[in-house]
Amino acid sequence: MNRIELHNITKRYPGCIANQSVDLVVAAGEIHALLGENGAGKSTLMKIIYGVVKPDAGHILWDGQAIAIKGASHARDLGIGMVFQHFSLFETLTVAENISLSLPPKTDANMEALKARILSVSERYGMRLDPDRQVHSLSVGEQQRVEIVRCLLQDVKLLILDEPTSVLTPQEVTVLFRTLAQLAAEGCSILFISHKLDEVRALCDTATILRNGKVSGDCDPKVTATSDIARLMVGDETPLNENYVKAEPLDSRVSRLMVKQLSARALDAFSCPLRDVSFDVKSGEILGIAGVAGNGQEELLNLISGEQTSAASSVLFDEVQVGRLGPAERRQLGLGFVPEERLGRGAVPNMSLQDNTLLTAYQSGLLSAGGWVQTNRVVSYARSIIERFNVKTAGVSAPAKSLSGGNLQKFILGREILQNPTILVCSHPTWGVDIGAAILIRHALIALRDQGAAVLVVSEDIDELYAISDRIGAICDGRLSPIDSVSKVSIGQLGQWMAGDFNGPELSGVTAASQQNNERELSV
Amino acid sequence: MDLDLLLNVLFATIRTGTPLLLIALGELVCEKSGVLNLGQEGMVLMGAVSGFIATVLTGSLLLGVIAGMMAGMLMSFLFGVLAITLVSNQVATGLALTIFGTGLSAFLGASYVGVGIEGITAWNLPFLSEIPLLGQVLFSQDPLVYLSWSIFALVYICFRSTRVGLTVRAVGENPEAANALGMSVFTVRYLAVLFGGAMAGLAGAYLSLAYTPLWSEGMSAGRGWIALALVVFASWKVQRVMLGAYLFGAASIMHLVLQGMGFEISPNILAMLPYVATILVLVVIASDAGRARLSAPLALGQPYRPQW
Repeated sequence: MNRIELHNITKRYPGCIANQSVDLVVAAGEIHALLGENGAGKSTLMKIIYGVVKPDAGHILWDGQAIAIKGASHARDLGIGMVFQHFSLFETLTVAENISLSLPPKTDANMEALKARILSVSERYGMRLDPDRQVHSLSVGEQQRVEIVRCLLQDVKLLILDEPTSVLTPQEVTVLFRTLAQLAAEGCSILFISHKLDEVRALCDTATILRNGKVSGDCDPKVTATSDIARLMVGDETPLNENYVKAEPLDSRVSRLMVKQLSARALDAFSCPLRDVSFDVKSGEILGIAGVAGNGQEELLNLISGEQTSAASSVLFDEVQVGRLGPAERRQLGLGFVPEERLGRGAVPNMSLQDNTLLTAYQSGLLSAGGWVQTNRVVSYARSIIERFNVKTAGVSAPAKSLSGGNLQKFILGREILQNPTILVCSHPTWGVDIGAAILIRHALIALRDQGAAVLVVSEDIDELYAISDRIGAICDGRLSPIDSVSKVSIGQLGQWMAGDFNGPELSGVTAASQQNNERELSV
Repeated sequence: MDLDLLLNVLFATIRTGTPLLLIALGELVCEKSGVLNLGQEGMVLMGAVSGFIATVLTGSLLLGVIAGMMAGMLMSFLFGVLAITLVSNQVATGLALTIFGTGLSAFLGASYVGVGIEGITAWNLPFLSEIPLLGQVLFSQDPLVYLSWSIFALVYICFRSTRVGLTVRAVGENPEAANALGMSVFTVRYLAVLFGGAMAGLAGAYLSLAYTPLWSEGMSAGRGWIALALVVFASWKVQRVMLGAYLFGAASIMHLVLQGMGFEISPNILAMLPYVATILVLVVIASDAGRARLSAPLALGQPYRPQW
């Protein structure tokens, strides 16, 4: 018996075809992966299943019956639950209030009974939750549990999860996978959307791969080679060279960026104070800092970029105390900065690429002596970014907001790298970026490192940090873990650091990558 | 200060605080749903002039009150069409509504300036009004004061323990998520805005029919703005709105009291008190950005466009 069957689903938007004749079949109790790059049509397909987008053609069978899903509430009535990548939670309401809002109006009459149900369901699936906590005080992993428990309380038959692991620590991923396996064993179908092939391999029974709105293949991820699946995702043209070369031994190198006993109080109830953070980044190395969002990364980056100031001696660039300097002065000393938020901080959405180039690169000979903008030079500078970093855009006068996330990220990173920074700080460099573009960005970071720059990468993507970093650490609750060479830090160790346990016994003896796979396979 | 004077001051405080309470309750509900309507002042004036005209024409105070509320709702409906349906900027639209209401009310009421009516009179509640001291202050008021208390209780209970209240908060917190859960953001916001209009209109009718039974241009004297500040002062909490309304009410009549007691201060300086208090309150609240962010509806003032 198939839980849901999609046949020949087609959805066109002006100027593009999001889904073209897509077929997808998910059996009862099956964990099915939906793989594909950004813009491959995964989200549109999900929204069609969840009833918020109407397909132009094609039909859907639910439990063998032809059906037209009329909207989100109809989908929920059928037993379709969805956990969005960006949680649809209300931050200032409690867990129980959030959940009660998604239940049919009559069932929440008794709040105490609902709390008891939440507790029993969350215990049963190993996802502890306190129904009285306000959502904004929960960690991201806990917020995801709220979303999942919310679906479970509605007797879900098909649970759709959109990139659920991107915000979790490795330990939390293990718990999540155990929960999903338990659900599947009880007969619930799971549609798992991801681009992380290792996870799909560990968790899923079957996989459907989308490219450019079409199904490019179906496979059993447990037997098909990872490289073959990646090839189905990106097509034949994109090179997939994932050999990242580590830096030579570091002992004799000079420290370019030093942070000494940096502390900062929380700016508001939603931010995290920094507690006595010290580290250095040497010339010719990439330092990776892992951590779940909201643990002080943003505050740390603001203090390094100069958007916030600190005691002068807390931040040093090449031995110069810069703690009191502003962003422009720090850039003059050789800092390049790629913020997490691309539109709004990395680039001004409504300004052209040309003008966005000028924003940080104006000191690279783009102004005349009198301070006049040399338009020709700006244009050629912007063109060289577009060419070297393979940015897909209509041209230098296209507004920044017209670019896709990955292309804009390539542009911003290119703008910073072409200024030959001696220190480059980037936050989540490949978040939401296609595999092809991500590989290009990683190679660009490594090339900059090999020129002698100190590169600091803050990311939630642990696989990426292991791939490109020379040394690695984690940040939790505003405190920084010890930092060590990547070859000496196991993924289990890093996970403990990300959870704030800086002293626990090290789980050594296995290499990082194989241990990661072992853990995840054990968990399912 | 002797006891009689104190009781009179308290009595007057409640009378003066009532229109503030009504406007602020309406604005609170409106803001909880994520809509910032700066048109309160205009809606109050339209409520005042419509209520007054209706009473003069029909001789019925009840019809006057109803007309006042209808006028406020009509104005807020106009706001809703612009700011919710057509997704215009809420701040600019609200300001325009105030200017529009001020002008239109002056135009409509031009020939009614100086006309006298028999206003709404006090209604001593049986038994309750005979309680010594308390009865004199609380239960010898006019019916609209009692009405304002009932509305307060209703709003309080609604936000405290009903799904309706939860829905309004959800929409003001995260309209996209609320929509994904199948709530109609538009309907909730329209209803909240209309409620705000009705309350502002009622407050206007209270001014022109009960507080000072006459019509004069601009008679709301900035109460719409004070009520807006009150909602911030109250950190969007219903019970604090009532406290704030009466505190501001007390500040407004202080100049009369002090003059009566023979203080040699210019009455104009004293009359500024509530407005100075408003500014001070806003500054104090804004200085603690974190707390303000926790209590204010997260999507306040942000227009909502359906994505799909």
